[in-house]
Amino acid sequence: MSFETTIADFAAALTDPFAPAPARTMGREGRPDARRFGVYRNNVAVGLIKSLEARYPVTRRLVGDDFFRGMAGAYVALNKPKSALLIVYAADFPDFVRGFEPARDLDYLPDVASLENAWVEAYHAAEAAPWPLAALAEIAPERLEALRFAIHPAARLARFETPAASIWSAHQGEGDPAPPERWGGEDVLLTRPHAEVLVRLLPDGGHDFFSSLRSGATLGEAAAPLIETGADPGAHLVGLIEAGAIAGLA
Amino acid sequence: MTSAPRVAAPLPRRAGVGFKPEHFDAIMEERPDVGFFEIHAENFMGDGGPPHRRLEALRARYPLSLHGVGLSIGGPRPLDRAHLARLAALNQRYEPGLFSEHLAWSSHDVGFLDDLLPVPLTGETLALVCQHIEETQEAVGRRMLLENPSTYVRFADSDIPETEFLREVAKRTGCGLLLDVNNVEVQAGNHGFDPVAYLDAFPLELVGEIHLAGYAEARDDAGHELRIDAHDSPVRPRVWGLYRLVISRIGATPTLIEWDNDVPDWPTLFGEVHRADEAARAALRREMADVV
Repeated sequence: MSFETTIADFAAALTDPFAPAPARTMGREGRPDARRFGVYRNNVAVGLIKSLEARYPVTRRLVGDDFFRGMAGAYVALNKPKSALLIVYAADFPDFVRGFEPARDLDYLPDVASLENAWVEAYHAAEAAPWPLAALAEIAPERLEALRFAIHPAARLARFETPAASIWSAHQGEGDPAPPERWGGEDVLLTRPHAEVLVRLLPDGGHDFFSSLRSGATLGEAAAPLIETGADPGAHLVGLIEAGAIAGLA
Repeated sequence: MTSAPRVAAPLPRRAGVGFKPEHFDAIMEERPDVGFFEIHAENFMGDGGPPHRRLEALRARYPLSLHGVGLSIGGPRPLDRAHLARLAALNQRYEPGLFSEHLAWSSHDVGFLDDLLPVPLTGETLALVCQHIEETQEAVGRRMLLENPSTYVRFADSDIPETEFLREVAKRTGCGLLLDVNNVEVQAGNHGFDPVAYLDAFPLELVGEIHLAGYAEARDDAGHELRIDAHDSPVRPRVWGLYRLVISRIGATPTLIEWDNDVPDWPTLFGEVHRADEAARAALRREMADVV
């Protein structure tokens, strides 16, 4: 039998839990052995589920180990990594969770998973020095309106209909935290100005302000909606710079 | 990023250990006397962040061995050029003393399967593995070491003994070999051969690095013992015996303690490293106890 067929059969049997051990494999008795082949099948499934457990620790805590293993196992069965670059594997797991019928009542669960994925992305993002607040002070006031900013490579922005960040934050320590007192949507900014990933809630208007700047709008264009509502764009900008979301001028 | 001062790249002929981020603080504080650290290349393929910051700090103080676990050298599909480029970038950035990969496959049409899967040993696969190793050595710009596998099944198609296959690959490509002594003991149990006879046939003169680890035990369908290359426990006494035998034949060699699952605290792991250095010294003093 050709090598091509041998490996294709092996791969097919690995990913089908009901397939027998491939015909061309053998144990010490010279015939296929289900338990021997099962070691490989188990390694593949357990290894990939473990990488989801590592990427989504709070999601796992929220539903418990058994439920998470079942949900992750269902994802893994349908979605294999596209390459050996496992640090990007299962970035779309939050979408899977959103469509996972047994978790349908947990509307915050896909949001928390989405936050955890953004955290991992920020963690592995390229290094860049955050733009210092002092640099802003050196810019002449008449030039401010036309400024465009380079966004820090680690910065991630998210809008949730649920208090996902409060839930996530409450589960960073030990114990079984109570649900957030205020149950509403949250806008979240993740940054990594230095080694550590920072997660903070954005004030009203902050999401759209940063989103505009990230899309290449000038400071004046991004600030206009804030001014209309009587908010202070300067405070929003200082907040973004202090968080390390800005890498420099574009 | 500025290039920090670093210790020299070559691995000393003594024991080192797989780097785990949970040990980073203890390592930086204690500066333990360890020959080198080995990393799984795939864990450092992000753009930046804490993994690279830790690795820079580690590399400033210790030589490094770069060990790939995802290239799929033994598979029928072409090597992933993007993955080769990432391996080359890590080699360039961190200047590891050694670079190694496996005689195994892990990618196929369905995607990356995250395990070191077995390769039939035939003339056809020999040619393909050689082609993939030549491609790898060219892309990464250096000689690599190929590791002997740990397998649970054999293939009816295989018609070349593993030791001969490895010798021929090295001869044709110029690569060196990484001898995983635990894998020898695991396979000896799984396939019913004498590990010393395997080592007698192994091209020991091509060994650039040794791996040591612990294995787990189960049973197969026929009731035979099934040894699983679990990297989750101390090195077994019989593996220490085989290790001393190898060292007595080839001299002191960079040797890695691999402990990747149920990872112990740093003092326990450091103790295993120390045992490996002691075992090598004992072997060289010709005090080898005949445990094999």
